[in-house]
Amino acid sequence: MTEDILTITDLKKHFVIGHNGLIHRTPITVKAVDGVSLSLRKGETFGLVGESGSGKSTVAYMTVGMYRPTSGTIRFRGEDLFDGSKERSKRHKKEIQIVFQDPGSSLNPRRSIKDILDLPLRIHQPQKNRLEEIVRLLSLVELPPEYMYKYPRQLSGGEKQIVAIARALATDPSIIVLDEPTSALDVSIQGKVINLLIRLQQEFELSFLFITHDLSLMRNVASRVAIMYLGKICEVADAAEFFENPLHPYTQMLLSSIPVLTEEEEALKPVKVESRGEIPSPVNVPPGCSFHSRCPYAEAICKQVDPEMKEIRPGHTVRCHLFASDRSQA
Amino acid sequence: MTRQPLLEIENLRVGFKVYGGELHVLDGVDFVVNKGEKVGLVGETGCGKTTTMKAILRILPQPPGFIESGVIRFHGRDLMQVKDREMRHIRGQGISMIFQDPTAALNPVFTIGQQLEPVIKYASPENRRLPRKVIRQKAIQALRDVSLADPERLLKAYPVQLSGGMRQRVCIGMALATNPELLIADEPGTSLDVTIQDQVLRLLHQLVEERDSSVILITHTLGIVRQMTDRLYVMYAGNMVETAPTRRIFTNPLHPYTQGLMDAVPKLTGGGVAHGIPGRIPDYLHPPTGCRFHPRCPHAMDICRQKKPSFYTVEEAHQVACFLYDTSSGADSAPARKEALA
Repeated sequence: MTEDILTITDLKKHFVIGHNGLIHRTPITVKAVDGVSLSLRKGETFGLVGESGSGKSTVAYMTVGMYRPTSGTIRFRGEDLFDGSKERSKRHKKEIQIVFQDPGSSLNPRRSIKDILDLPLRIHQPQKNRLEEIVRLLSLVELPPEYMYKYPRQLSGGEKQIVAIARALATDPSIIVLDEPTSALDVSIQGKVINLLIRLQQEFELSFLFITHDLSLMRNVASRVAIMYLGKICEVADAAEFFENPLHPYTQMLLSSIPVLTEEEEALKPVKVESRGEIPSPVNVPPGCSFHSRCPYAEAICKQVDPEMKEIRPGHTVRCHLFASDRSQA
Repeated sequence: MTRQPLLEIENLRVGFKVYGGELHVLDGVDFVVNKGEKVGLVGETGCGKTTTMKAILRILPQPPGFIESGVIRFHGRDLMQVKDREMRHIRGQGISMIFQDPTAALNPVFTIGQQLEPVIKYASPENRRLPRKVIRQKAIQALRDVSLADPERLLKAYPVQLSGGMRQRVCIGMALATNPELLIADEPGTSLDVTIQDQVLRLLHQLVEERDSSVILITHTLGIVRQMTDRLYVMYAGNMVETAPTRRIFTNPLHPYTQGLMDAVPKLTGGGVAHGIPGRIPDYLHPPTGCRFHPRCPHAMDICRQKKPSFYTVEEAHQVACFLYDTSSGADSAPARKEALA
């Protein structure tokens, strides 16, 4: 078993979006992330899957230091990333990089590719020959060196995303957070970007925290998968186990909602759990298990008590009353 | 089974005038929808799916767009010759459209009722004479049809007060309220989450089955057309490249582009992600000569660079625009064809 490079423990992020009451003002909060724990191993791809509003991007932004957690810790090789040290904060940004979903808006349209790649180098690797380094970065992502004189608008969507990947590599990170890196791209381009990422991962022993809503893609790239729903993780397992034996009703619902191409894939879907209801507003999270309002198996206890994460098999944990200790055989 | 054609498009060419020249987007599109048929139209961003649909409804902005040539027949009538006044009725009762982004399709400053009731009222001359109460009843029924709870209250709500899935249901209700013969659904689930998309598409499927409407479902997600359509068109860079009954195309895709597209989709069965199709969609200012796919095609031959392939019928109802399947052209393409079919 390889070491954990990143450990996230009971991470919470609550946003105050307004106040209630005139005199005794109570804040209205959105619990975007509400107690997420996970660990990332060296060289693995950890898939964090969820629908919009589940808080997966908020986890990503905290991991790279764009948000400060409300509570909980993120440790990189044992060091707390939010202990307030300025030097740690800079190292944090060097070691953990991010690639955003929409390369059209994450690259500055007024800067050439050279300037875009130069900035992280100037901050984190000032001692190096930066021009040489830019050429090396472009060759790493299989772009010709003359691309450095281009501007983002001259590139296609896929190329822009590849430049964003090169920028993430510029600081020589150990972890790259990929926030839906291919969902803005066409499927014929997606393959190229994903395979590039996989090659870079092997070459530099990178760890990926891969955030997506595409479970079919995760089947092919992730070593472990976690499902998020309304700020909480409801199931984590190794990819093979996860797809063969999905346990949480929400996971089953997600899997059976995927449009697939072949009969063989259809056969892999769990017994059809028809999707119903909508994801509740994160301001007004239902009491008990937050999924009970859409769950076909919901019972009285689900409406009152929030279930704990429980390990069913080694490495496979589920947050659901159906798998509470006394009934785990069912 | 021969069904009557409802919509026929022949050799449609649409371009756009831009700074620096003309974009030749649609390059001779042929397209047929029969009565009661559910047709899928698949292609990547920028291949001209939406442009084709806008040309049908005559909502293509002109200028910059212009129709170079082609015929669009609905019930045998040439839609380009129809008077504007009649076209408005065709848009309501004959053909309606569901757009990709329900947030952009609904006006944020009017209530659902203010937007839905006129759709019903102006759909036909008869409806214009109906009293307001009846129109309201029809509007409520339209919302009820798309399984929205509490339709009376919803009529008074503004689009921001609804979730994305509810907004798309409203749009579907609005499109079906006039009982159109042909429904064009342009990426109806793309902006929604998978579980919500699944609900919305199941609902749409059920509604069109009940009404026996014809449907054109436009999408770039292949899995969706597999569930919902009888026949499929694959489009690339302004050309139809393949058409066949949906089941056939999924088991036996023939055009190199269709094959590449199917390969590129990550599968639940695992086995890694294919590299996709090299290159990118062509520049419409100077599109490639001959077959527009040849710069990206692994089987490209000399003839592909010179001549545009026409549709070759490979098997009953399975047509493909590719020289690999041209049986008349002789020996040079035969080995490649064999390889492609293997």
